Amino acid sequence: MNDTYDLRVAEAHIEVHKFRGGAIVAATILALFLQTSVPVYFSKFAIIDLPLLITIYFGLSRRNPSTGLLLGMLIGLLQDSLSGPTVPLGLYGIAKTVVGYLASSIGARLDTEHPAARFALTIMFFGLHQGIVVLTRRLLLAQPEVWFTTHMGIAAAVNAIVGVFLFMLLDRLRKN
Amino acid sequence: MVGIPSRHKSLVLLTGVIVLQLLLLAVQIKRDSQGRLIRVWTVGAVSPFERAGATGVGSIRGAWNHYFALQNTSRENERLRRENDTLKLQINQLQSKAGEADRLAALLNFRQSHQNIPMLGARVIGTSADTASQTAYLDRGERDGIRRNMAVITPDGVVGKIIESYRDTSQVLLLTDKDSGIGAMLAESRIQSPIGGMGEPLLAMKYVANDDTVNVGEHVVTSGMDRIFPRDLPVGTVAQIKPGNPFKQIRIRPAANLERLEEVIVLLSLQPLELKKEAGTPAAEATGKSGPSQTQTEKP
Repeated sequence: MNDTYDLRVAEAHIEVHKFRGGAIVAATILALFLQTSVPVYFSKFAIIDLPLLITIYFGLSRRNPSTGLLLGMLIGLLQDSLSGPTVPLGLYGIAKTVVGYLASSIGARLDTEHPAARFALTIMFFGLHQGIVVLTRRLLLAQPEVWFTTHMGIAAAVNAIVGVFLFMLLDRLRKN
Repeated sequence: MVGIPSRHKSLVLLTGVIVLQLLLLAVQIKRDSQGRLIRVWTVGAVSPFERAGATGVGSIRGAWNHYFALQNTSRENERLRRENDTLKLQINQLQSKAGEADRLAALLNFRQSHQNIPMLGARVIGTSADTASQTAYLDRGERDGIRRNMAVITPDGVVGKIIESYRDTSQVLLLTDKDSGIGAMLAESRIQSPIGGMGEPLLAMKYVANDDTVNVGEHVVTSGMDRIFPRDLPVGTVAQIKPGNPFKQIRIRPAANLERLEEVIVLLSLQPLELKKEAGTPAAEATGKSGPSQTQTEKP
Protein backbone atom coordinates (compact mmCIF):
# COMPACT_ATOMS: atom_id res chain seq x y z
CA MET A 1 0.00 0.00 0.00
CA ASN A 2 1.25 3.45 -0.87
CA ASP A 3 2.04 5.52 2.22
CA THR A 4 1.65 8.86 0.53
CA TYR A 5 -0.90 10.09 -1.95
CA ASP A 6 -1.36 13.16 -4.11
CA LEU A 7 -3.93 15.83 -3.60
CA ARG A 8 -4.69 18.05 -6.58
CA VAL A 9 -6.29 21.32 -5.72
CA ALA A 10 -6.35 24.19 -8.24
CA GLU A 11 -3.82 22.31 -10.31
CA ALA A 12 -1.34 22.21 -7.44
CA HIS A 13 0.63 19.04 -6.88
CA ILE A 14 0.59 18.62 -3.12
CA GLU A 15 1.83 15.56 -1.29
CA VAL A 16 0.11 14.50 1.93
CA HIS A 17 2.56 13.03 4.41
CA LYS A 18 2.00 10.23 6.82
CA PHE A 19 4.09 9.57 9.88
CA ARG A 20 5.54 6.59 11.69
CA GLY A 21 3.25 5.00 14.24
CA GLY A 22 3.02 7.01 17.45
CA ALA A 23 5.15 9.82 16.04
CA ILE A 24 2.49 12.50 16.51
CA VAL A 25 1.65 11.38 20.05
CA ALA A 26 5.33 11.11 21.03
CA ALA A 27 6.18 14.51 19.53
CA THR A 28 3.24 16.10 21.35
CA ILE A 29 4.13 14.62 24.75
CA LEU A 30 7.81 15.48 24.28
CA ALA A 31 6.91 19.06 23.34
CA LEU A 32 4.75 19.50 26.45
CA PHE A 33 7.39 17.89 28.63
CA LEU A 34 10.15 20.16 27.30
CA GLN A 35 7.89 23.21 27.53
CA THR A 36 7.34 22.66 31.26
CA SER A 37 10.74 21.27 32.21
CA VAL A 38 13.46 23.15 30.35
CA PRO A 39 12.55 26.64 31.73
CA VAL A 40 13.38 25.32 35.23
CA TYR A 41 17.04 25.22 34.18
CA PHE A 42 17.01 27.79 31.33
CA SER A 43 14.32 30.40 31.86
CA LYS A 44 14.72 32.04 28.42
CA PHE A 45 13.45 28.83 26.83
CA ALA A 46 9.92 29.85 27.84
CA ILE A 47 9.85 32.22 24.86
CA ILE A 48 9.50 29.19 22.57
CA ASP A 49 5.99 27.78 22.19
CA LEU A 50 6.78 24.17 21.29
CA PRO A 51 3.13 22.98 21.41
CA LEU A 52 2.26 25.66 18.86
CA LEU A 53 5.13 24.64 16.57
CA ILE A 54 4.00 21.00 16.76
CA THR A 55 0.43 22.05 15.90
CA ILE A 56 1.63 24.06 12.91
CA TYR A 57 3.94 21.35 11.62
CA PHE A 58 1.48 18.47 11.74
CA GLY A 59 -1.26 20.72 10.37
CA LEU A 60 0.88 21.72 7.39
CA SER A 61 2.06 18.16 6.78
CA ARG A 62 -1.13 16.16 7.28
CA ARG A 63 -3.19 18.64 5.24
CA ASN A 64 -6.46 17.35 6.61
CA PRO A 65 -8.42 20.19 8.28
CA SER A 66 -10.40 17.85 10.55
CA THR A 67 -7.27 16.11 11.83
CA GLY A 68 -5.46 19.43 12.13
CA LEU A 69 -8.13 21.13 14.21
CA LEU A 70 -8.63 18.11 16.50
CA LEU A 71 -4.89 17.79 17.09
CA GLY A 72 -4.70 21.54 17.76
CA MET A 73 -7.58 21.30 20.22
CA LEU A 74 -5.96 18.37 22.06
CA ILE A 75 -2.55 20.03 22.30
CA GLY A 76 -4.13 23.32 23.38
CA LEU A 77 -6.22 21.70 26.12
CA LEU A 78 -3.22 19.78 27.42
CA GLN A 79 -1.24 23.03 27.50
CA ASP A 80 -4.12 24.71 29.35
CA SER A 81 -4.09 21.89 31.89
CA LEU A 82 -0.41 22.39 32.60
CA SER A 83 -0.68 26.16 32.91
CA GLY A 84 -1.46 28.39 35.87
CA PRO A 85 -4.79 29.57 37.27
CA THR A 86 -4.93 32.57 34.92
CA VAL A 87 -5.29 30.09 32.04
CA PRO A 88 -8.72 28.42 32.04
CA LEU A 89 -9.21 25.21 30.08
CA GLY A 90 -10.00 26.18 26.50
CA LEU A 91 -7.96 29.36 26.19
CA TYR A 92 -5.09 27.82 24.25
CA GLY A 93 -7.45 25.06 23.11
CA ILE A 94 -9.45 27.51 20.99
CA ALA A 95 -6.37 29.28 19.64
CA LYS A 96 -4.62 26.06 18.64
CA THR A 97 -7.82 24.61 17.16
CA VAL A 98 -7.99 27.55 14.76
CA VAL A 99 -4.26 27.36 14.02
CA GLY A 100 -4.49 23.61 13.37
CA TYR A 101 -7.44 24.08 11.03
CA LEU A 102 -5.85 26.93 9.07
CA ALA A 103 -2.45 25.22 8.89
CA SER A 104 -4.08 22.11 7.42
CA SER A 105 -6.15 24.17 4.99
CA ILE A 106 -3.15 26.18 3.81
CA GLY A 107 -1.01 23.06 3.66
CA ALA A 108 -3.56 21.49 1.32
CA ARG A 109 -3.29 24.41 -1.11
CA LEU A 110 0.34 25.48 -0.99
CA ASP A 111 3.67 23.76 -1.01
CA THR A 112 4.98 24.46 2.47
CA GLU A 113 8.18 22.44 2.35
CA HIS A 114 10.54 25.33 1.67
CA PRO A 115 12.21 26.78 4.80
CA ALA A 116 11.30 30.35 3.76
CA ALA A 117 7.62 29.41 3.46
CA ARG A 118 7.76 27.66 6.82
CA PHE A 119 9.44 30.69 8.43
CA ALA A 120 6.80 33.08 7.10
CA LEU A 121 3.89 30.78 7.98
CA THR A 122 5.19 30.24 11.52
CA ILE A 123 5.39 34.00 12.11
CA MET A 124 1.88 34.40 10.71
CA PHE A 125 0.43 31.59 12.84
CA PHE A 126 2.26 32.83 15.94
CA GLY A 127 0.66 36.25 15.45
CA LEU A 128 -2.76 34.71 14.83
CA HIS A 129 -2.42 32.47 17.91
CA GLN A 130 -1.43 35.43 20.05
CA GLY A 131 -4.30 37.48 18.63
CA ILE A 132 -6.89 34.81 19.47
CA VAL A 133 -5.50 34.39 22.99
CA VAL A 134 -5.60 38.15 23.63
CA LEU A 135 -9.09 38.44 22.09
CA THR A 136 -10.41 35.59 24.27
CA ARG A 137 -8.82 37.07 27.36
CA ARG A 138 -10.29 40.51 26.70
CA LEU A 139 -13.79 39.40 25.65
CA LEU A 140 -14.47 36.37 27.83
CA LEU A 141 -12.15 36.65 30.79
CA ALA A 142 -12.11 40.46 31.17
CA GLN A 143 -8.33 40.33 31.51
CA PRO A 144 -6.68 43.47 30.10
CA GLU A 145 -4.04 42.32 27.64
CA VAL A 146 -2.05 44.34 25.16
CA TRP A 147 -2.25 43.33 21.51
CA PHE A 148 1.40 43.70 20.71
CA THR A 149 4.67 44.20 22.56
CA THR A 150 8.27 44.13 21.39
CA HIS A 151 8.67 40.91 23.35
CA MET A 152 5.92 39.30 21.24
CA GLY A 153 7.68 40.40 18.05
CA ILE A 154 10.94 38.89 19.23
CA ALA A 155 9.10 35.74 20.32
CA ALA A 156 7.50 35.40 16.87
CA ALA A 157 10.90 35.65 15.15
CA VAL A 158 12.56 33.24 17.59
CA ASN A 159 9.73 30.70 17.20
CA ALA A 160 9.91 30.98 13.42
CA ILE A 161 13.67 30.34 13.41
CA VAL A 162 13.33 27.43 15.84
CA GLY A 163 10.37 26.20 13.79
CA VAL A 164 12.41 25.96 10.57
CA PHE A 165 14.98 23.68 12.23
CA LEU A 166 12.42 21.76 14.27
CA PHE A 167 10.35 21.07 11.15
CA MET A 168 13.45 19.68 9.40
CA LEU A 169 13.93 17.38 12.38
CA LEU A 170 10.29 16.31 12.35
CA ASP A 171 10.51 15.59 8.60
CA ARG A 172 12.57 12.56 9.59
CA LEU A 173 9.52 11.06 11.26
CA ARG A 174 7.73 10.84 7.93
CA LYS A 175 7.14 7.54 6.24
CA ASN A 176 9.06 7.32 2.98
CA MET B 1 -32.47 14.39 5.86
CA VAL B 2 -30.09 16.92 4.34
CA GLY B 3 -26.46 15.78 4.33
CA ILE B 4 -23.53 18.12 4.90
CA PRO B 5 -21.35 18.57 1.80
CA SER B 6 -17.97 16.96 2.44
CA ARG B 7 -16.08 20.21 1.80
CA HIS B 8 -17.98 21.82 4.65
CA LYS B 9 -17.58 18.98 7.12
CA SER B 10 -14.31 20.26 8.55
CA LEU B 11 -15.79 23.77 8.86
CA VAL B 12 -18.74 22.36 10.82
CA LEU B 13 -16.34 20.37 12.98
CA LEU B 14 -14.25 23.50 13.59
CA THR B 15 -17.32 25.45 14.65
CA GLY B 16 -18.50 22.64 16.91
CA VAL B 17 -15.12 22.22 18.58
CA ILE B 18 -14.76 25.95 19.22
CA VAL B 19 -18.30 26.22 20.60
CA LEU B 20 -17.57 23.30 22.93
CA GLN B 21 -14.44 24.97 24.22
CA LEU B 22 -16.24 28.28 24.63
CA LEU B 23 -18.81 26.47 26.77
CA LEU B 24 -15.97 24.92 28.73
CA LEU B 25 -14.55 28.39 29.32
CA ALA B 26 -17.96 29.72 30.33
CA VAL B 27 -18.42 26.98 32.89
CA GLN B 28 -15.07 27.83 34.44
CA ILE B 29 -15.78 31.54 34.57
CA LYS B 30 -19.00 30.92 36.48
CA ARG B 31 -17.50 28.59 39.05
CA ASP B 32 -14.67 29.14 41.46
CA SER B 33 -11.54 27.55 40.04
CA GLN B 34 -11.23 24.10 41.61
CA GLY B 35 -8.95 21.31 40.52
CA ARG B 36 -10.50 19.87 37.39
CA LEU B 37 -10.22 16.22 36.54
CA ILE B 38 -8.44 16.91 33.24
CA ARG B 39 -5.85 18.93 35.15
CA VAL B 40 -5.38 16.04 37.57
CA TRP B 41 -5.02 13.55 34.71
CA THR B 42 -2.68 15.69 32.67
CA VAL B 43 -0.46 16.60 35.60
CA GLY B 44 -0.47 12.94 36.63
CA ALA B 45 0.58 11.91 33.12
CA VAL B 46 3.29 14.52 32.63
CA SER B 47 4.76 14.78 36.13
CA PRO B 48 6.49 11.33 35.97
CA PHE B 49 8.34 12.56 32.87
CA GLU B 50 9.21 15.82 34.61
CA ARG B 51 10.33 13.89 37.68
CA ALA B 52 12.40 11.56 35.50
CA GLY B 53 13.86 14.54 33.67
CA ALA B 54 14.81 16.25 36.92
CA THR B 55 16.34 13.01 38.20
CA GLY B 56 18.19 12.55 34.90
CA VAL B 57 19.62 16.06 35.03
CA GLY B 58 20.58 15.47 38.67
CA SER B 59 22.32 12.20 37.77
CA ILE B 60 24.22 13.80 34.90
CA ARG B 61 25.25 16.69 37.14
CA GLY B 62 26.26 14.20 39.85
CA ALA B 63 28.28 12.10 37.41
CA TRP B 64 29.98 15.20 36.06
CA ASN B 65 30.78 16.62 39.49
CA HIS B 66 31.91 13.33 41.03
CA TYR B 67 33.87 11.88 38.15
CA PHE B 68 34.85 14.21 35.32
CA ALA B 69 35.42 17.22 37.56
CA LEU B 70 37.92 15.16 39.58
CA GLN B 71 40.40 15.49 36.72
CA ASN B 72 41.10 19.03 37.94
CA THR B 73 41.24 18.13 41.61
CA SER B 74 44.84 19.17 42.34
CA ARG B 75 44.39 22.56 40.66
CA GLU B 76 41.08 22.93 42.41
CA ASN B 77 42.73 22.09 45.75
CA GLU B 78 45.32 24.82 45.27
CA ARG B 79 42.64 27.31 44.36
CA LEU B 80 40.54 26.30 47.35
CA ARG B 81 43.49 26.66 49.73
CA ARG B 82 44.07 30.20 48.53
CA GLU B 83 40.37 30.91 48.72
CA ASN B 84 40.26 29.42 52.20
CA ASP B 85 42.98 31.81 53.41
CA THR B 86 41.10 34.76 51.99
CA LEU B 87 37.88 33.59 53.55
CA LYS B 88 39.54 33.22 56.97
CA LEU B 89 40.54 36.87 56.79
CA GLN B 90 37.05 37.84 55.75
CA ILE B 91 35.55 35.84 58.59
CA ASN B 92 37.73 37.69 61.12
CA GLN B 93 36.55 41.00 59.70
CA LEU B 94 32.97 39.89 59.76
CA GLN B 95 33.20 38.64 63.31
CA SER B 96 34.17 42.13 64.46
CA LYS B 97 30.83 43.45 63.30
CA ALA B 98 28.45 43.01 66.19
CA GLY B 99 25.37 43.63 64.08
CA GLU B 100 26.00 40.51 62.10
CA ALA B 101 25.30 38.34 65.09
CA ASP B 102 21.91 39.97 65.63
CA ARG B 103 20.88 39.52 62.04
CA LEU B 104 21.89 35.88 61.91
CA ALA B 105 20.23 35.25 65.26
CA ALA B 106 16.96 36.68 64.04
CA LEU B 107 17.05 34.61 60.91
CA LEU B 108 17.78 31.47 62.86
CA ASN B 109 15.01 32.51 65.20
CA PHE B 110 12.48 31.75 62.51
CA ARG B 111 13.50 28.12 62.43
CA GLN B 112 13.88 27.86 66.20
CA SER B 113 10.58 29.51 66.96
CA HIS B 114 8.73 27.21 64.60
CA GLN B 115 10.18 23.88 65.59
CA ASN B 116 6.67 22.61 66.09
CA ILE B 117 5.74 23.56 62.52
CA PRO B 118 6.95 20.99 60.03
CA MET B 119 8.76 22.33 57.00
CA LEU B 120 9.30 20.28 53.90
CA GLY B 121 12.00 20.66 51.29
CA ALA B 122 10.79 20.18 47.74
CA ARG B 123 12.38 20.24 44.33
CA VAL B 124 11.02 22.26 41.40
CA ILE B 125 10.37 19.83 38.55
CA GLY B 126 8.43 21.94 36.09
CA THR B 127 7.01 25.32 35.21
CA SER B 128 3.85 26.63 33.61
CA ALA B 129 3.30 25.49 30.02
CA ASP B 130 2.61 29.06 28.94
CA THR B 131 4.29 32.40 29.40
CA ALA B 132 1.19 34.17 30.75
CA SER B 133 1.14 32.52 34.15
CA GLN B 134 3.98 32.17 36.64
CA THR B 135 3.72 28.81 38.34
CA ALA B 136 6.00 25.93 39.23
CA TYR B 137 5.46 22.24 39.91
CA LEU B 138 7.03 20.61 42.98
CA ASP B 139 7.97 16.95 43.41
CA ARG B 140 5.96 16.71 46.65
CA GLY B 141 2.19 16.50 46.97
CA GLU B 142 -0.71 15.43 49.15
CA ARG B 143 1.06 12.29 50.30
CA ASP B 144 3.72 14.51 51.88
CA GLY B 145 1.15 16.66 53.64
CA ILE B 146 1.06 19.55 51.16
CA ARG B 147 -2.31 21.32 50.91
CA ARG B 148 -3.66 24.36 49.08
CA ASN B 149 -2.71 27.80 50.45
CA MET B 150 0.44 26.60 52.19
CA ALA B 151 3.33 29.07 52.08
CA VAL B 152 6.38 28.36 49.94
CA ILE B 153 9.70 30.06 50.71
CA THR B 154 13.43 29.79 50.14
CA PRO B 155 16.12 30.85 52.60
CA ASP B 156 16.31 34.11 50.60
CA GLY B 157 12.63 35.01 50.83
CA VAL B 158 9.04 34.36 49.91
CA VAL B 159 8.32 32.34 46.75
CA GLY B 160 4.52 31.96 46.62
CA LYS B 161 1.74 29.68 47.78
CA ILE B 162 0.40 26.25 46.88
CA ILE B 163 -2.62 26.49 44.58
CA GLU B 164 -3.11 22.84 43.69
CA SER B 165 -2.02 19.70 45.44
CA TYR B 166 -2.03 16.38 43.62
CA ARG B 167 -0.98 12.98 44.92
CA ASP B 168 2.76 13.31 44.37
CA THR B 169 2.97 16.77 42.85
CA SER B 170 1.85 20.26 43.74
CA GLN B 171 1.59 23.57 41.91
CA VAL B 172 2.95 26.84 43.31
CA LEU B 173 1.64 30.24 42.30
CA LEU B 174 4.74 32.44 42.22
CA LEU B 175 4.71 35.97 43.61
CA THR B 176 5.23 37.36 40.11
CA ASP B 177 1.97 35.91 38.72
CA LYS B 178 -0.78 38.41 37.93
CA ASP B 179 -3.14 36.59 40.31
CA SER B 180 -0.65 36.58 43.16
CA GLY B 181 -0.93 38.78 46.24
CA ILE B 182 0.71 38.97 49.66
CA GLY B 183 0.40 41.12 52.77
CA ALA B 184 3.62 43.11 53.13
CA MET B 185 5.19 46.11 54.80
CA LEU B 186 8.29 48.25 54.54
CA ALA B 187 10.84 46.88 57.01
CA GLU B 188 11.97 50.21 58.49
CA SER B 189 8.89 52.44 58.44
CA ARG B 190 6.47 49.50 58.99
CA ILE B 191 4.08 50.98 56.40
CA GLN B 192 1.75 48.17 55.34
CA SER B 193 0.52 47.52 51.80
CA PRO B 194 -0.35 44.43 49.80
CA ILE B 195 2.04 43.43 47.05
CA GLY B 196 0.89 41.86 43.81
CA GLY B 197 2.51 40.26 40.80
CA MET B 198 2.34 41.80 37.33
CA GLY B 199 3.50 38.88 35.20
CA GLU B 200 6.94 40.54 35.15
CA PRO B 201 10.10 40.07 37.22
CA LEU B 202 9.19 43.02 39.48
CA LEU B 203 6.25 43.15 41.92
CA ALA B 204 3.90 46.09 42.55
CA MET B 205 3.31 47.69 45.98
CA LYS B 206 0.03 49.46 45.44
CA TYR B 207 -1.27 51.38 48.42
CA VAL B 208 1.49 53.57 49.80
CA ALA B 209 0.37 57.20 50.01
CA ASN B 210 2.39 59.92 48.31
CA ASP B 211 3.05 61.55 51.68
CA ASP B 212 4.84 58.49 53.04
CA THR B 213 8.60 58.35 52.72
CA VAL B 214 9.99 55.36 50.85
CA ASN B 215 13.56 54.93 49.65
CA VAL B 216 14.98 52.83 46.84
CA GLY B 217 16.74 49.83 48.32
CA GLU B 218 14.47 49.69 51.35
CA HIS B 219 13.62 46.17 52.40
CA VAL B 220 10.11 44.78 52.28
CA VAL B 221 8.92 41.98 54.56
CA THR B 222 5.70 40.05 55.04
CA SER B 223 3.10 41.62 57.33
CA GLY B 224 1.29 38.40 58.21
CA MET B 225 -2.03 40.01 57.34
CA ASP B 226 -2.76 37.47 54.58
CA ARG B 227 -2.74 34.69 57.23
CA ILE B 228 -0.62 32.54 54.92
CA PHE B 229 2.90 33.86 55.40
CA PRO B 230 4.38 34.46 58.85
CA ARG B 231 5.34 38.03 59.70
CA ASP B 232 8.76 39.47 58.86
CA LEU B 233 9.86 37.10 56.11
CA PRO B 234 11.92 38.88 53.43
CA VAL B 235 9.85 39.67 50.31
CA GLY B 236 12.23 41.93 48.40
CA THR B 237 13.68 45.40 48.05
CA VAL B 238 12.26 48.60 46.62
CA ALA B 239 13.57 48.93 43.06
CA GLN B 240 11.59 51.87 41.61
CA ILE B 241 9.40 54.65 43.02
CA LYS B 242 7.22 56.96 40.97
CA PRO B 243 4.64 59.44 42.20
CA GLY B 244 1.07 58.40 41.43
CA ASN B 245 -2.46 59.47 42.17
CA PRO B 246 -3.39 58.85 44.98
CA PHE B 247 -0.70 56.27 45.70
CA LYS B 248 2.96 55.94 44.83
CA GLN B 249 3.88 53.46 42.10
CA ILE B 250 6.40 51.24 43.83
CA ARG B 251 8.13 48.28 42.22
CA ILE B 252 9.72 45.56 44.33
CA ARG B 253 12.52 43.22 43.30
CA PRO B 254 11.80 39.80 44.88
CA ALA B 255 14.35 38.59 47.42
CA ALA B 256 14.08 35.01 46.20
CA ASN B 257 15.40 34.27 42.72
CA LEU B 258 12.03 33.30 41.20
CA GLU B 259 13.45 32.90 37.70
CA ARG B 260 15.81 30.17 38.79
CA LEU B 261 14.15 28.14 41.50
CA GLU B 262 15.43 24.64 42.06
CA GLU B 263 14.65 23.86 45.69
CA VAL B 264 12.07 25.42 47.99
CA ILE B 265 10.65 24.99 51.48
CA VAL B 266 6.95 24.41 52.06
CA LEU B 267 5.57 25.48 55.44
CA LEU B 268 3.28 22.58 56.29
CA SER B 269 0.74 24.57 58.25
CA LEU B 270 -2.55 26.22 57.38
CA GLN B 271 -2.63 28.10 60.69
CA PRO B 272 -1.47 31.75 60.80
CA LEU B 273 2.15 31.73 61.93
CA GLU B 274 3.78 34.32 64.14
CA LEU B 275 7.50 34.97 64.25
CA LYS B 276 8.62 35.17 67.87
CA LYS B 277 10.86 38.13 68.58
CA GLU B 278 13.67 38.01 71.04
CA ALA B 279 14.67 41.08 73.04
CA GLY B 280 17.18 43.20 71.17
CA THR B 281 16.86 41.28 67.93
CA PRO B 282 13.89 42.61 66.07
CA ALA B 283 13.30 40.15 63.28
CA ALA B 284 12.14 42.79 60.89
CA GLU B 285 15.39 44.69 61.15
CA ALA B 286 17.34 41.56 60.74
CA THR B 287 15.45 40.16 57.82
CA GLY B 288 15.35 43.58 56.30
CA LYS B 289 19.08 44.11 56.43
CA SER B 290 20.48 40.67 55.83
CA GLY B 291 21.61 39.60 52.40
CA PRO B 292 21.35 36.26 50.67
CA SER B 293 24.77 35.14 51.83
CA GLN B 294 23.69 35.31 55.45
CA THR B 295 20.39 33.63 54.84
CA GLN B 296 22.16 30.52 53.60
CA THR B 297 22.70 29.54 57.22
CA GLU B 298 18.95 29.32 57.56
CA LYS B 299 18.55 26.51 55.08
CA PRO B 300 17.08 23.50 56.87
